[in-house]
Amino acid sequence: MTGHPGSVILRMEVIRLENVWVEYDGATVLEDVTFAVRERDFIGVIGPNGGGKTTLLKTILGLTKPRRGRVTVLGTTPLKGRRFLGYVPQYSLFDRDFPVSVWDVVLMGRLGHRGLFRGYTGADQAIAARALEAVDMFQLKDRQIGQLSWGQRQRVLIARALAAEPKVLLLDEPAAALDSRVEAGLYDLLRALNETVAIVMVSHDIGVISSYVKSIACLNRRLVYHDSREITRDMLDVAYECPVDLIAHGLAHRVLDTHNEMTTDVSGEVHDRC
Amino acid sequence: MLNALQYEFMRNALAAGILVSVACGIIGTYVVVNRIVFLAGGISHAAYGGIGLGIFLGASPVAGAVSFSLGAALAMGVVSRRARQGVDIAIGIMWAMGMALGIILIDMTPGYSADLMSYLFGSILAVPASDITLMAVLDAVIILTPVALYKEFLAVSFDEEFALVAGAPVEALYLVLLGLVALTAVMAMRVVGLILTIALLTIPAAVSRQFTAHLGRMMALSSFLGAVFTLTGLWLSYAFDLTPGAAIVMVSGVAFALSSVWRALRHRRTAASALTPSPPPSRPA
Repeated sequence: MTGHPGSVILRMEVIRLENVWVEYDGATVLEDVTFAVRERDFIGVIGPNGGGKTTLLKTILGLTKPRRGRVTVLGTTPLKGRRFLGYVPQYSLFDRDFPVSVWDVVLMGRLGHRGLFRGYTGADQAIAARALEAVDMFQLKDRQIGQLSWGQRQRVLIARALAAEPKVLLLDEPAAALDSRVEAGLYDLLRALNETVAIVMVSHDIGVISSYVKSIACLNRRLVYHDSREITRDMLDVAYECPVDLIAHGLAHRVLDTHNEMTTDVSGEVHDRC
Repeated sequence: MLNALQYEFMRNALAAGILVSVACGIIGTYVVVNRIVFLAGGISHAAYGGIGLGIFLGASPVAGAVSFSLGAALAMGVVSRRARQGVDIAIGIMWAMGMALGIILIDMTPGYSADLMSYLFGSILAVPASDITLMAVLDAVIILTPVALYKEFLAVSFDEEFALVAGAPVEALYLVLLGLVALTAVMAMRVVGLILTIALLTIPAAVSRQFTAHLGRMMALSSFLGAVFTLTGLWLSYAFDLTPGAAIVMVSGVAFALSSVWRALRHRRTAASALTPSPPPSRPA
């Protein structure tokens, strides 16, 4: 089974990391990461907490500078290319009391498309309205941002990223605080968006991510990526010392759809190791 | 109050109070939502060094205060963005050193000490007509800049990381904002004085935030409330022979307390009514 609709050669590379090393206060967070995202990719990045998943996204966005290696975004540097990226952070650090409405937050997605000293145009408002409708939040557009539930706020942030009309959408644990019905809706939405937009989605939950994405990368300082939906033994070796998550969700058969026999292998290893 | 208006100093005081209220309403809104009250305090107190410098050099104290506080704003802005820790310490040091420098420079100026207190506690009743013109020019800058950069200031204040990714010149915008804080502080110093400037920058914005969830409306309401507080304080000071700056701040502080109490009561009432089971809505069969 191939996860991709088009041939790899026909789809342009939108993001490329070459031998990227990132350190925080002397500790290596990303170690020699080489990784490419192509048009219409839908890549799930899995790995343990603290494995560097958020750092990977921030490096692509140019918010974290690598100590070594090169990052290319749409053929240029992250600083120049990042306004074509839509970013949905895991923790939004903004003040809940901030005097701003849902509508104004989503309009901010158009910031990169309008120069200084100019207001948002009617076209911007139409795009913002479509983005809000896409996440089913248009009816709450006049709410102050702090009056929303966590899940609703998450959807507003996704709408804000969509309003930027990005070429690539980077999502950091988008479903972390959503109930399962909303979560399924979110993944269906992402799948529809994926017709035109490449998506990189970070999660620590292998089971959920694997039923929606086209390919999976495993990250635990080092990154293993095979451009396929299968999770191989070396990925697990890299990503998890103890792949309990995978087994506990009972979704191993979905993850390992072509290598069912590995399931027992893996679980056997779990018992060996833990 | 009306018969007080026959005096020119009273008319000037009124004009100065309104101009300062508008500036503080707009810039104070940014100060409050960005949580940079301490930074704004540092900038306005460092401006005192500029007053000392202006007096020492025999130039205009206001020109000295404007240039010095703009410099201090840039320095504190760069430090607060670059330093990973100890930002509050750095601001505290610049805050104190700016004032100390002003006092020492005035000490070194022969035969000068008279006007010093007026900068510490304000001298709204002694604002000359020439200062009103200068204040009106500063007001125009303080109003027009946020109008021109409204969407950028909103985005940077709300979510700096997102604004950065969208390509906004975040650091430059931040420094422009601090520059506006510096200009506002110099203006407010005339009216309520250095020590109470922070009150005019924070209290009207803090009150109006309790009533609106829209940044632009918060600015308008803050400006209006600032003017009401200033005029009420001015009237009280005239009627009871009080120091105007202190009276303005006391009126503002009391208004903040009242609005907070009102808000807390309203909040409790809505919480209580949410707890009380309401009768089920009748449904058409």
